[in-house]
Amino acid sequence: MSEPKFVPNTVYVTYIASTPEKVWEALTRAEFTRQYFFGHSIEVEPKAGGSFILRAPDGSVHMRGRVVEYDPPRRLATTWSVEGMEAFRELPASLVTYDIEPMGGSVKLTMTEAHQWEVPDAILAGGRQGWPFILSSLKSVLETGKPIAVSVKMGPPPEMMAAVKDAVAKKPWARSSTGL
Amino acid sequence: MSELKFVYVTYIATTPERLWQALTDGAFTRQYWFGTTVESDWSPGSRVTFRSGGEVHDSGEVLDCVPCRRLSYSWQVEFHEVFRREKPSRVTFELEPIGSAEVKLTVTHDEFEPGSKVHAAVSNGWPMILSSLKSLLETGHASTLTGPDKQRGARERAIALAAGTAA
Repeated sequence: MSEPKFVPNTVYVTYIASTPEKVWEALTRAEFTRQYFFGHSIEVEPKAGGSFILRAPDGSVHMRGRVVEYDPPRRLATTWSVEGMEAFRELPASLVTYDIEPMGGSVKLTMTEAHQWEVPDAILAGGRQGWPFILSSLKSVLETGKPIAVSVKMGPPPEMMAAVKDAVAKKPWARSSTGL
Repeated sequence: MSELKFVYVTYIATTPERLWQALTDGAFTRQYWFGTTVESDWSPGSRVTFRSGGEVHDSGEVLDCVPCRRLSYSWQVEFHEVFRREKPSRVTFELEPIGSAEVKLTVTHDEFEPGSKVHAAVSNGWPMILSSLKSLLETGHASTLTGPDKQRGARERAIALAAGTAA
């Protein structure tokens, strides 16, 4: 059986007045992620095949995955499986890749979210809503020392919850792995 | 075939008033937009010009203007023949305050021709320009990547991208 292929569905690019080393640090160290990633702490084993955890502010595991590529300060790729929300647990893992490129005294950061199945837009909407906030706030942390302070709660959109429920019931990925 | 569309969202620690000024005042745009000075009286139907180094390189018409909330204009790229022969596309800025001093900015660029070369060029350009705009408002300094001295490089990159999509 061939390994399921990850297809990119969401890409976000931002340019940061920083160095690749500092951007790498901000992406891989909990004291930074806590500031811009809705209070979540990253725990990443520094090698391919290592474990990856994103811990919620209350200490529970929100995301769990595996390090696919660990190449400081250029590329970090990890699989993501949602553990913190019951309804999401059966969804196949996604692949999140950060590419860091130095560019004329700045850094180009590209986040790519890829999936192994044909994900409906209503589910992709969650990441498409969250990533711009997370990465805008990361840029602010590195450039000003302060994250974007939000007063609004940013949970999954209601249509997303319905789409996840529907996907878990129908399991379209089981069908697509037969070669369709 | 799905329609070509570019959407970019960024969150900026600023007020809607300051962000509005940064989008509509040429003295600001020049700092973060590869030296481009935008000019218009911002009344619906009025002309918008994008000038750098004294020459008009793009132009458009104001379609909708709700100060500090929403700005939309048509966009005709004029600086190179490969773009000039396409019909105008449309750019819309939506500003949404999310806190006392934080704004969600959504930029939607759409109404492209099928296979548009302008789409390929702006998809590369907007993240640079909008990242630089955010830096300018939050730190007082635009990105060195989008300064007036990078104007030539930006145009050459746009033309190269357009050539790439022809393949």
